[in-house]
This record gives sequence, structure tokens and C-alpha cells, in this order.
Amino acid sequence: MVDSDQRPRPSPGDSADRPPEPIRRGPFTRVRRRNSYVLTPLLLISANLILFALFFIWPAAIGLYYSFTSYTGVGSAPPVGLQNYQNLFHDADFYAALLRTFVYAACVVPTTFVASLGVAYLLISPYAKGKPLARTIFFVPWLISPIIAGVIWRWIFGENFGLVNFIIIKLGGDAVPWQSNANLSLIIVIIAATWGNTAFNMLIFTAALKNVPTAYYEAAELDGANAWQKFRRITLPAIAPTSFIVILLTTLGAMKEYPLFRAINDGGPGTENNLIVQYIYKTGFRNAHIGYASAASFVLMFILMIIAGIQLMINRRRES
Amino acid sequence: MTVATRKPPELRRPRTSGKTGDLPRKVFSSSIMWLLAVVYGFPALWFVLSSLKPAGDLFTYPLTLLPKHFTFSGYTQAWSSFNFAQYFLNTLIVATAATLLTILASAASGYALAKYNSWWLKGFTICIIATTMLPGETLLTPLFLVIRDLGLYNSLAGVVVPAVITATGTFMFRQFFVTVPNDLLEQARIDGSSELAIFLRIMLPLARPIMLTLAIISFQWRWNDYLWPLVILNDPHQFTLQIGVASIVGAQNVNWSVLLGASVLSMIPLVAIYLIFQKYVMNADINAGLKD
Repeated sequence: MVDSDQRPRPSPGDSADRPPEPIRRGPFTRVRRRNSYVLTPLLLISANLILFALFFIWPAAIGLYYSFTSYTGVGSAPPVGLQNYQNLFHDADFYAALLRTFVYAACVVPTTFVASLGVAYLLISPYAKGKPLARTIFFVPWLISPIIAGVIWRWIFGENFGLVNFIIIKLGGDAVPWQSNANLSLIIVIIAATWGNTAFNMLIFTAALKNVPTAYYEAAELDGANAWQKFRRITLPAIAPTSFIVILLTTLGAMKEYPLFRAINDGGPGTENNLIVQYIYKTGFRNAHIGYASAASFVLMFILMIIAGIQLMINRRRES
Repeated sequence: MTVATRKPPELRRPRTSGKTGDLPRKVFSSSIMWLLAVVYGFPALWFVLSSLKPAGDLFTYPLTLLPKHFTFSGYTQAWSSFNFAQYFLNTLIVATAATLLTILASAASGYALAKYNSWWLKGFTICIIATTMLPGETLLTPLFLVIRDLGLYNSLAGVVVPAVITATGTFMFRQFFVTVPNDLLEQARIDGSSELAIFLRIMLPLARPIMLTLAIISFQWRWNDYLWPLVILNDPHQFTLQIGVASIVGAQNVNWSVLLGASVLSMIPLVAIYLIFQKYVMNADINAGLKD
């Protein structure tokens, strides 16, 4: 209602919000019409608006409040000031989880990027044969939940029974300790995550690759460019905005990974592969240190915002 | 108006057909693609084939690709030793309810963002984008407290309701409605339809392909969700499939025969749905709200 006098600014794609000119009705109907341009969109976004307030604003507000208390989920929430944050910065477990999360993200983002772009490129290539079936196969991992995907790769990389160790032994090697070595265990998670992430990102890339004007390729072909040059000089710059989105979403996704680890090694061996979300889940729910876990949540949120901000800045600089 | 379902014209085809010089390229591209397809398809295939082996054969070297004796004992054991039917039902309720609500909420907001213009709608767009940057995992503990204070703890509704709002869904609809000509809207206004009726009677039916795409994506998300149901559900009667399967993995000694059976069972509904509706996923122009 506040907005009822402000006429929507006519922008090129959006001339529809102006009332139809040829119809002249009484002033009363026009006011009602104009009100409906405010009330209808408000009604239309109401569901998401309420959900946003309930499940983003409210938790963010109480989370921030509790992060300055030693709340345990029941009873009173004694304020402790910055104690939680101070403890967090001296908590070796927290640092270990954070570092491991960065290592994981730094590995899984490039592998996902290369795999999904590669598959998308092949799937729109006019040369590859049997694309419909291949596309269906590439899509199967997307249907499989992170928990089941974790089980599948754990099964393949089993130390005493897995297919991979069986083949290694068959070839004359020694069984590799996939479960008891933290780094090897992380590699399995990276493989599993890349496998699972490919399909959806491939879909995003496919849409972008289809929109690259074919005239560019034809011109390059006349100039004698080879396939790699065409990919490097035409395709990559043309899909740069999409690449940015894929990298951003994959990074954010990797920073909050938990189910895959839950299924593959449960953050083990020991706590060596505990990522930040698992750390928050453990302190918040198993140990009921809600105040402390909220503080950790806000540190994670802060890190995600910084990552998103840095990537946005890089993207903007490249564009200009 | 079923623009989104139809395949875009394949612009490159005329150039390639009938040229013999393309043969090496065809062989090269096809073989790389199929090599990758095998790499991507094999783990799931190996897993499903393993689930058909008798428990005793699972760990005996040499491993064979095909089971020597086919058996469904893993499946029957999984089904009987856990409350699997209940898990299935719970997951189905969660996924279906969340999907329907997601489509309604996303279609309505997406339409509002595409066809109306005001400062608060622009502000709301930023709020929606913020939900992708700051996903539920970062607010896990306070979100749990909110659910508890709303009285939704340990109920399936507590799993469904926070999951309804999604930036991907909202932007999929926004992108689609931007492409619907405004003439259609103005025509309906001249004919005297109310704004809401235009949305419900004209715009919503047009968006059917988008609805189906989002339906599959949303159903997949909710079917495969793990962390949020784990936080909200405490009573084993309310457990979803993912929690059920994860509890088998978490056991001291993993019973692989049961685990394989349970895992494969939990995947079947999604694979079936996907195979039926795959064109709606494959042809989806998902660009995560990137271009106008």
C-alpha cells in the first residue's frame, strides 16, 4: 500500500505493469487497478517472504544472539560476551576442521569444473555418437544421494574387499589403506563428490554452450583455428559468467559438505576428516553447546560471504 | 507455447553431415565420451550387481562382475530388519509435500519478480539470492531452535516447511515468465481479468514444463536430503530413508549385504521417476538466474 502512488518505472522488458492506455474508466477503477499492482505481487511473494523471515531472518537473529551466550538448548542463556569466539580461535579442532574444509574445497572445485565442462562439451559436440544414452548414464550419479554415493565408493575402495584393491593386488601391488589413511580417504571423497556433482553442473554448462553463437566458430575455422584454440579463445570467454556461477556454487557446496564424509569415513580416521559442518553438528547437537556451535556457524557464514565476495570481485574485474 | 520442451534447432548439423574428413573427429569424440560414460556408469553398475550377490560371495577374491548366483536376500533382509516400509512412506511424504509447496511458492514469486516492478520486489530478489549464499547448514543450530519453538521438532512438517523456499526454483520461473510476451498480459487485462486470475488461468498453465522440471529437481533434493532430517527427526518412526541407510553405515560392523540391498532399494523410486520424465530435466535451461 505504501507504494500505491509510485508508478512503476517503465523499463525495456517490463512495460506490462503500466495500466493499458486505451481503456478509460472512472478514477475509482484506476485506483483499484493500481492497488492491485501492489497487492497482487505482494500476495504472490507472500509464501516465500514468510518463509524467508521465519527460516532465515529469525534463525540468523537468534543465532547471533546465542553466539554470545553459553546456551545449551534448555534453561537460561547466560551471556558470555565474546568468550565463544575467543575460545573458537584457540580451538585446535576448529582450525583442523576449517583447514580440512579448505583443502577439500580446493581439490573438489577444479575437478568438478573440468569434469562437468568436459562432459557438457562432449554432449553438445556434433561429432560424438550415441549422445542420448551417454547423457542418461552421466545423469545417474545425480539421482544417487550423497549418502548412497558414499556407500558406493566406500564399497569400491574397501580395504579388504574393494574392487580397486583387488585390481591393485591382481596387478602385483600391495593393498592400499584407503580407510585408515586420512589423505587417501579424502581422495575417495573428492572422487565421489566429483562424480556426483558433474551432472547438475553439466546441465548448467550445456545451456550456456548452446548459446555460444556458431558464427564465431565458423569464423575461427576459416582462420584455421584448431579445436583447442577454438575452445580456449571462443568457448571459455563466452561461457565465463556460467563458469563463475558453477565455481561459486561448487565452492559453497564443498564448504558445507557433510553427508558424503558421513558415509565414506564418518570424518575419520579419528577426526582427521571432520569438516566444518560436522564440527558444528557435533558441538551443537551431540554436545549441546548451542551457543558455541552458533558462534562457529557465524564464522562459517562469514567465510562463505568472503568467498562469494572475492569471487564476485574477480568476476567483475575480468568483465570490465 | 511449449517453448521450453521443444529442442532448440541444432544449428551445427548441416555443416557436419556428409563430410568424410570428419570421421577421425567423430571417432575421437565418441570414444572419449564413451570412455567417460563407462567411468561414470560403472560404479553404480558394480554396486547394483554386488547387491545381487549372496552375502558369502561379497568378500571372496577373486571378485567377479556378475554374481555367480543371483539372490535378493540382501533386499529382503534389509526390508525386514529395518522399518523400511515406514522410512519409504516418510520419505515419500516429505518429498511429495515439499515438491508441491516448492512449485507453488516458486511459481508465484517467480511470476511476481518477472512481471511486476517495484523497489521492494528488487529487494526481495536480493533476499532470495542471499539464501543460496547462506544455506541452511550455516544456520543449523539456530534453525533447529526456530523449528523447536514453532512446535515442529520431530515431525515431518519440520523437515518440509523450511525446504520450500528455493532460489533455483524461483529463478527458473522468473526466467521463464520474462520470456512470456507482455502483450498476453495486457490483452488479458483489457479483457478485464483480475491480476490473480491472469496468473492462475493463463500464466501458470504456460509454465507447465518448468513445473515438471522443478518437480523432479525438488523431489530429488528432498528424497536425498540427509543433514536436515537428521537434525529434526528423533523418533525412529519418523526417519527418512537416508537416515535409515546412514544408520547401517554407522554401525560398528557394517553389514554390507543389508547395506547394499537397502541402498539400492532407496534409489529405485528416483531412478524410475527420472527415466519417465528425463526430457524435462535434460532440456531444462538452467542458468541459476544468470541472464535476463
